[in-house]
Amino acid sequence: MAAPAPDFSVGDSKLSDLKGQVVYLDFWASWCKPCRKSFPWMNEMHGKYADSGFTILAVNLDSDSELAQAFLAKLPANFPIVYDPQGTIAQQYKLPGMPTSYLIDKSGELRVAHKGFFTDRAQQYEQEIISLLNETE
Amino acid sequence: MLSNTKKAVTLLLVIQLGACSSLGVKPWERDLLAKEEMALNAEGVDLGLDDHIYFSKEATSGGRSFGGGGCGCN
Repeated sequence: MAAPAPDFSVGDSKLSDLKGQVVYLDFWASWCKPCRKSFPWMNEMHGKYADSGFTILAVNLDSDSELAQAFLAKLPANFPIVYDPQGTIAQQYKLPGMPTSYLIDKSGELRVAHKGFFTDRAQQYEQEIISLLNETE
Repeated sequence: MLSNTKKAVTLLLVIQLGACSSLGVKPWERDLLAKEEMALNAEGVDLGLDDHIYFSKEATSGGRSFGGGGCGCN
C-alpha cells in the first residue's frame, strides 16, 4: 500500500509539512476501548523516537470534545492531538474501524495500516517504526 | 402518455438510488451507540439468560448456532 497519504490541514499547518519525518497517524475517540491501551504505548514511542524524526499525530473523533478532554485527563498524551469532530479527516482516510493507525514514511506515502490496537503486537508496531526511520528519503 | 409515466417512474427510482449512498453508521460515528444507555439491556445476567433461551430454542432452525437439539435443556 504505497499511496500518498491524504493531506489535511490543521490550523495553519498541513500533514504534508511533516515530509521528511516518519509520521504515526492515529485515529481515536474517548469511547474506543483499545485506544486507552494505545496511549501509554504511543507516549513511550514518542519518548524513544521523537528525536530521530518520528512524529505522532493523534486525531480525535469525538463529536463532543469534552469527552476527549476527560479521556486526556486520565491518559495524558505527550504528542499533539488534532480534533476532527465532524469526521472529515476520517472520511478522507475511510477508516475501516476504530482505532485505526497509519505509518507514513519520509516521502509522505502511507506504508502501514493497523486496524485496532493489540498490545501483543506492540513490538511489531515498533519494528515497523524503526525500519521506516532507517530508510533514506 | 404511457411513456411519460414510465419516464416518471424511472426517474423516481433513479433519484431514490441516492439514498443508498451512505447507509449505516461509519466506524468513527459510533460514539452515541457506544454510550451505556444505548445498550439493549443493562442487566448482564438478564442478557445472559435471554441469550441462553434464544440459542436453545432456535438451534434446530439454525437461526444462530447449531448447538443442542432445541429442547431448551442444554
